[in-house]
Amino acid sequence: MDPTGPVGEELSDEQKIRIAKWFLLNSPPGEIQYVAKDLQGVLSNDVIYQAAAREAFPIHNKEQLLSVEMSDGSGHVLVCQYGEISINHFIELRTAQVATINHIKQVCTGVRLATDSELPSTYPEGYRSAIDSEVMRYVEEAFPAGHCAVYVTKGKDVDDSGCFELTIVISSAKLSPKNFCNGRWRSIWVAQFDNGLRTVELKGHIKISAHYFEDGNVQLDTVYDDKESTILQGPSETASAVVTIIQNFESAYLACLEDCYSKLSDNTFKELRRKLPITRTLFPWHTARQLSMNRELTREMSNK
Amino acid sequence: MEAALGLMRRMPPSLSRTALSSLLLLLPDHSSELLSLVDQPLEVLWDEGCGKQFLLCDYNRDGDSHRSPWSNTYHPPLEDGVLPPAHLRDLEVEANEIFALYRDQYYEGGISSVYLWETDSPEGFAACFLIKKDGSRTGEGRRGLLEQGLWDAIHVIEVEKANDETTAHYCLTSTVMLSMKSATGFQGSFDLSGSITRQMEADLSLSEGHLSNMGRMIEDMESKLRNGLDQVYFGKTREMVFTLREPLDTLTATSATGQSIQHEVINDIVRSRT
Repeated sequence: MDPTGPVGEELSDEQKIRIAKWFLLNSPPGEIQYVAKDLQGVLSNDVIYQAAAREAFPIHNKEQLLSVEMSDGSGHVLVCQYGEISINHFIELRTAQVATINHIKQVCTGVRLATDSELPSTYPEGYRSAIDSEVMRYVEEAFPAGHCAVYVTKGKDVDDSGCFELTIVISSAKLSPKNFCNGRWRSIWVAQFDNGLRTVELKGHIKISAHYFEDGNVQLDTVYDDKESTILQGPSETASAVVTIIQNFESAYLACLEDCYSKLSDNTFKELRRKLPITRTLFPWHTARQLSMNRELTREMSNK
Repeated sequence: MEAALGLMRRMPPSLSRTALSSLLLLLPDHSSELLSLVDQPLEVLWDEGCGKQFLLCDYNRDGDSHRSPWSNTYHPPLEDGVLPPAHLRDLEVEANEIFALYRDQYYEGGISSVYLWETDSPEGFAACFLIKKDGSRTGEGRRGLLEQGLWDAIHVIEVEKANDETTAHYCLTSTVMLSMKSATGFQGSFDLSGSITRQMEADLSLSEGHLSNMGRMIEDMESKLRNGLDQVYFGKTREMVFTLREPLDTLTATSATGQSIQHEVINDIVRSRT
């Protein structure tokens, strides 16, 4: 979306805030603090910057599925909409805690125990924690810097005959600004537990972003959606079935990306520019004038 | 200014147009500086008289009009628009013809324009070679592999005659901007976009003329940029993907994991029989 809107003589503060927000929200993974610094330089108006930052940072952090170390050292909390209690409070179900997040500094400033009403009831929690352990096992194996969480996003308080929904979130970032590259993997899997049909419907959404910027600016963005289902069994059987599906899909997707990259150099890139002309030799600059005249001649002949 | 350029280096290259117009609004006093330092995807105009398209840049602009390299006239029409002196115009005509052949051989389509103008150095001049290609399946992509595929190349060369009259000094600055969007075969998308800029200088003999010298430099530079994007820049994003998520061993009869499970099963059977 174009944040600039109709061009006016003098920008209103509101328009400036909207533009500033646009820059912050389009920051590549792990670079919002750098973008913020440059933006402050461009705006040279702290009131406008603060207003934009207040709105943009929470949105960006949640979109990025930012993982933040909890202030008591008990693990990480994911900043995402599924665990959002209020704008700066996020639940971490593994330790049953609620973390206070400073969005602009991207740190956790405190934790408290979650109240009973914030936690899921025994029945969905059984499935949630079983899946959480399985996902953790998978993430540890496949994502060197990965973090994950499982939330009960619907039917938090159902008893053992009710339907509910779990959302599984995986976020893995590799940030090395010194080597001019940053990237993030995000996958979100929504699992619908239907007690009538005895099924679990899974919908997955995977996003990968990578930025390489040594003497240039190259960005990769991929999005992929898929779905699958399995039968509803006990918590541990279901957890193992669900995580196997996720693992297989994500592995297949990675293989698919590898395929994309392998075709890039010799096929896809050719659509833009060939490595060499069809003649497989460099362009004949010394005889080009002759070539150009010949072409003119052929054109004139064929016109007659 | 530094901060503004910093932002341009971080925003997604596919959104560079929006990013630049936003900066122009925030920094109206730096607009000419911004426009000259930040390269943008090229725009196209139609020269009706010649039935040909031409590319727009700052070097063929006078006011709100742009000069076509084919007819040497301004669009929309402009009286007293700046024109290159006759000797440069002759070279410009030839450069446009030959560069179109070069473009056809490497790009299998696309649009090109060359503009020449005088500089302050005695007997010196400058030239700007532009190429734009739409390689999408709805554009000029021959193989139908890209949903969206844009390539913009901007080459600016400054030429100075050396004292010995037989050689000239060339300074080339080139920028390539591209964006590719391909369907992955899954229900997903795969977008790569980027821009890089490089410089090259050379002292070359004038025996074959300016055009051959400039052409060879551009050809060499374009190959280097294409190769760099392909091998280094795309390679780095690939490396990143496989660092974020490791490709796990798939469980097949021949894979390491598959083999070790097979061994265990056989050992179990052997043990149970003894």
